[in-house]
Amino acid sequence: MTDTTLRINGEERELSADPRTTLLDALRNHLGLTGSKKGCDHGQCGACTVMVNGRRINSCLTLACMHDGDEITTVEGLGQPGNLSPLQAAFVKHDGFQCGYCTPGQICSATAMLQEVKDNWPSNVSDSLTGEAKLTPEEISERMSGNLCRCAAYPNIVDAIREAAEASS
Amino acid sequence: MTRHLKMDTPATSRLLDELPSKLTGKPMDRPDGPKKVSGTATYAHEWDIDGKVFGVLARAPVSKGKLVRIDKSALDKLPGILGVFSEDRFLRNPAQGTADEAPIQGVSEISYFGQPIALVVAETFEQARHGAHMLELVCEADTDGVYDPEASNLSPEKPEDDQLDQGDLDKAMAEAAFTVDSTYRTPNHNSAAMEPHCSIASWEGDQLTLYGSYQMVKYNVNELADSLGIEPEKVRILSPFVGGGFGSKLGIAPEAVAAAIAAKEIGRPVCVTLTRQQVFENVMRRSESRQRLRLAADETGKLTGLGHECLVSNLPGESFHEPVLQATHFIYGGENRRLGMEVARLNRMCAGSVRAPGEAIGMQVLENAMDELAHTSGIDPVELRKRNIPETHPEEGTPYSSRPFAEALDEGARRFGWDKRNPKPGQQRDGEWLIGMGMAVAARVNMLMESKARVTLNKDGTAIVETDMTDIGTGTYAILTQLCCDMLGLAPEQVETRLGDSNFPKASGSGGSFGAASSGSSVYLACQDIRGELARRLGCSEDELQLENGNVSGGGKDSALTDLLAGENIEAEGHIEPGETMEKVKQATYGSYFAEVAVNAVTGETRVRRMLGVFGAGRILNQKTATSQCYGGMTWGIGMALHEAMEFDPRDGHVVNNDFAEYHVPVNLDLPQLDVVLLEERDDWASPIQAKGLGELGLCGAGAAVTNAIFNATGVRVYDYPATLDKILGGLPELEMA
Repeated sequence: MTDTTLRINGEERELSADPRTTLLDALRNHLGLTGSKKGCDHGQCGACTVMVNGRRINSCLTLACMHDGDEITTVEGLGQPGNLSPLQAAFVKHDGFQCGYCTPGQICSATAMLQEVKDNWPSNVSDSLTGEAKLTPEEISERMSGNLCRCAAYPNIVDAIREAAEASS
Repeated sequence: MTRHLKMDTPATSRLLDELPSKLTGKPMDRPDGPKKVSGTATYAHEWDIDGKVFGVLARAPVSKGKLVRIDKSALDKLPGILGVFSEDRFLRNPAQGTADEAPIQGVSEISYFGQPIALVVAETFEQARHGAHMLELVCEADTDGVYDPEASNLSPEKPEDDQLDQGDLDKAMAEAAFTVDSTYRTPNHNSAAMEPHCSIASWEGDQLTLYGSYQMVKYNVNELADSLGIEPEKVRILSPFVGGGFGSKLGIAPEAVAAAIAAKEIGRPVCVTLTRQQVFENVMRRSESRQRLRLAADETGKLTGLGHECLVSNLPGESFHEPVLQATHFIYGGENRRLGMEVARLNRMCAGSVRAPGEAIGMQVLENAMDELAHTSGIDPVELRKRNIPETHPEEGTPYSSRPFAEALDEGARRFGWDKRNPKPGQQRDGEWLIGMGMAVAARVNMLMESKARVTLNKDGTAIVETDMTDIGTGTYAILTQLCCDMLGLAPEQVETRLGDSNFPKASGSGGSFGAASSGSSVYLACQDIRGELARRLGCSEDELQLENGNVSGGGKDSALTDLLAGENIEAEGHIEPGETMEKVKQATYGSYFAEVAVNAVTGETRVRRMLGVFGAGRILNQKTATSQCYGGMTWGIGMALHEAMEFDPRDGHVVNNDFAEYHVPVNLDLPQLDVVLLEERDDWASPIQAKGLGELGLCGAGAAVTNAIFNATGVRVYDYPATLDKILGGLPELEMA
């Protein structure tokens, strides 16, 4: 057993678990936070995306014990029914999901992605590596392509992200 | 109170068009949306159950053979192991949709690589996973495994009920002005729903509760009970949220039975989730196919002959075969017809329903052949289809119910700008990209299934809808709420829809695109019954009754709804059954796809630039969720056209690309601008709410629009799906060096 202290959604949580426990399984099986989903357990689908110290990562590809003291944000921390974040509300309005299983990962990923754009991180489809990053539909699609959606809500996901981004700028 | 309707005659009333409330059809947000976007919707793995332990399946390492023994010795020193289970009740493969009984059971005979053989249960997931990894399954491999459906020494079965020989096709081909005779191949597909299959089994005495991810609860109860050898009354299944189905969660599956057996033995709830690799190895595949298409046409392009003969496969002992010919039977005319089906028996995981079984690959290839005929005859592809719309069913002579076939073609062509297409291939260039346009027809059989729902109008004027129907992302929570709101004159926040509990009235389940029309009709009927009771209480006829904003009026009288309820709930059950309207007319849904692609002249890579789908599926119940379904279908079509394929090792039959890194489902950037148009339509023959199925129509030919566009762009016809760049590159025009 390994003892780890995680700060999850602003709250300090003590975890005593097998050192093989991934951050994702710690959230889902030990800490009662089942919002983050397991779709592949191999970092290939993005359903488990959470933010660690503000950056999006696949929580299935990292062990919980490596995150002692880290600040972790899961979808539950972004907003709850009755108090949804603008992005969560935009996903509902634009039907940015169907079965809903990839959705928490999409929303965590998009939340962090919007900050990456604000920080002018370039993407594979950016015109320039050093210029101002623009939030075109193509940029959104490229930057969200690590989050698979088999229902293929992709057009609606792009619309939801655009609307939430425009409302906040 | 129960209102029952057997659909023997077409609906005579279009009540939903006459009610003061017209929420049905509107793009209402999903009521389950806030839960889904906040991570508070409970999927199978996520039920918080005291004492829950974890099981991991161990699977066969050979494709055909026998299990000799299971060596557990390596697990002796591992901490936390609670047991290793393997027995004759284990399922060889999942049950087929609507099976209603156990599939083939047993672990001693191995029929495919990845067949679940044993379950290792431990206190934690990590311990169980390690245990399953260390468990040694000693197997004896047979040398006569069959891994190639087209092997020359096979004698495929010819299912009697799927053969047709009408007129003389050979003669029609010989005498035709224009002919096509082409053979296409399509690969195996996996549904690849985002949520891996999962069950938590929990016993209280001899009563089993299964928290699962299942599409058809009423069948799943019987399948699970039969598999375990217990009475169905002892089984309750809960499946309120399903993380994608697409056919892969139709029938009870190995993880549910293994979890139930282990949980009973250990005396604790057991949670078993498939790994993604296991999803690819032992969940239903869509069979590969070889399809020979023969078209004979006169000089006007009118079909005189139509041949469609195919070869698909399945495991030994499985009655399902991919119904490739389903839409070929009714979509186009041509009096001389030969439709044939052959099924090879392979040692490859079970073949079953994957979204739009039959039409997904049947229409795709038929529509490629029609494009070939258009090219050969010089007739515009849209015009060619319109000339071949039959008056009556070309084999049975029955009339069609509502059929907006030509309308979908005309509307699509107009909106897409089809008149700008150059029919000569390889003529349009944009830098290093070759540009082309293609189109295809969408068609899918329509079905209605028996379904029940209970509606309770509470004494406070709110209502509850209860049915064991599921919402697999299709929008069931939304549409049943909308129907109830309109029928009872309530606002969405006054209606709560509860789904996926086998204690509720038995619904059709989600499959075959029949869920919305079937379960929607049952809610409609239950509400009609409540309306009848309210009319009786008010003293007017049911036809006169008006319900609006908590008021009841009719026949010159009115009352507050809560006054009429007088402190008591009204409960009613609706019960719809399919009837003679299924035979009296041919019911189907129709549409058209138009795609523009860019094919890289240097690399052969295809990008879809834009795509339009126009669909008619009777009354649309929710514009927003219906459109989403069509986006999904068209995206599947793009994936099938360009990159989806399961690859098997020809030496031992195992699936090579068993994860998302190697099995390529479309990602966000793969999609172009997608446009969906839903035609205004009512089909009185289909259901009392005039709705038909829509969930699968989006991919019943969609891939052909893409590959037909590739042909228009490059002159390359791909006969072996998917159209990866290697299959295009060799046929591209020589590059002009600057």
